[in-house]
Amino acid sequence: MANFLVWVVWCVAAFACLASALAVVSFSNPFYSALSLIGNLASLAVLFLLLSGEFVAAGQVLVYGGAVMVMFLFVIAYLGDRTDESPWSGGPSWQIVGAVLAGGAILAEVCVVVGLKAAGFLSSPHHVTRSFGSPEAIGRLFLTDHLIAFEVTSIVLLVAAVGGVVLGSHARRIEGDART
Amino acid sequence: MHGPDISWYVVLAALLFATGALGVMLRRNPLIILLSVEIMLNSANLLLIAFARLHGQADGQIFAISVMAVAASEVVVGLGLIVAMGRRHVELDVDKLRTLRG
Repeated sequence: MANFLVWVVWCVAAFACLASALAVVSFSNPFYSALSLIGNLASLAVLFLLLSGEFVAAGQVLVYGGAVMVMFLFVIAYLGDRTDESPWSGGPSWQIVGAVLAGGAILAEVCVVVGLKAAGFLSSPHHVTRSFGSPEAIGRLFLTDHLIAFEVTSIVLLVAAVGGVVLGSHARRIEGDART
Repeated sequence: MHGPDISWYVVLAALLFATGALGVMLRRNPLIILLSVEIMLNSANLLLIAFARLHGQADGQIFAISVMAVAASEVVVGLGLIVAMGRRHVELDVDKLRTLRG
């Protein structure tokens, strides 16, 4: 019974994930695209929970669904309504054909590799304890085995914050020059 | 482990990655290209967490959290560029941004 319920939850989350990803790509209004990306991130968080990644699922909802998407929506609202572009690329049709072929090639490669080589290997996951993926386990790993990754992440975030400030001040100076 | 095994997650991640790649290649609005890049990064995150579960080791989850931080930084810089473009009243179309002169 539990197995059946997990399958139902997985199928609903996977369908929501794919449908919202297609919606992100195909809406012509970026505001609707950003809203459907929130649905994509939420259904991915459900999949993370099924893989017993509780901390990552919570971080996904907080960091992505909260902070990053609010930033996106602010920028889209700031730039205003500019939906005059056609939803799809206006380039030559060989570009569209090439893009679809490339996307299909990625998909086919992964499916062939999984089907031919890795199917037996992938179907026997290790047994994990209940504390797997808990905040305590993740924090312990971050502060013992992966301390360098932790510090490098903080430097990356600092550099990105400085870059955002520099880009913003530069744009403001150019705007002031244009006004005077 | 109840429910679907890891190969289902791998196929789902491949579908998501292909969708995001199509968005990057076909769309011209830089905002939607950034959103499609987020989809691709998230499919990689799904794979990292699926393989962390397969091997029973949480190192993949650490990697996924680092990828999340990198994605947040990328969004900050990308949105900063898009806001700068918007302030200069440049049309938001990557096909028309042929030169990147300051």
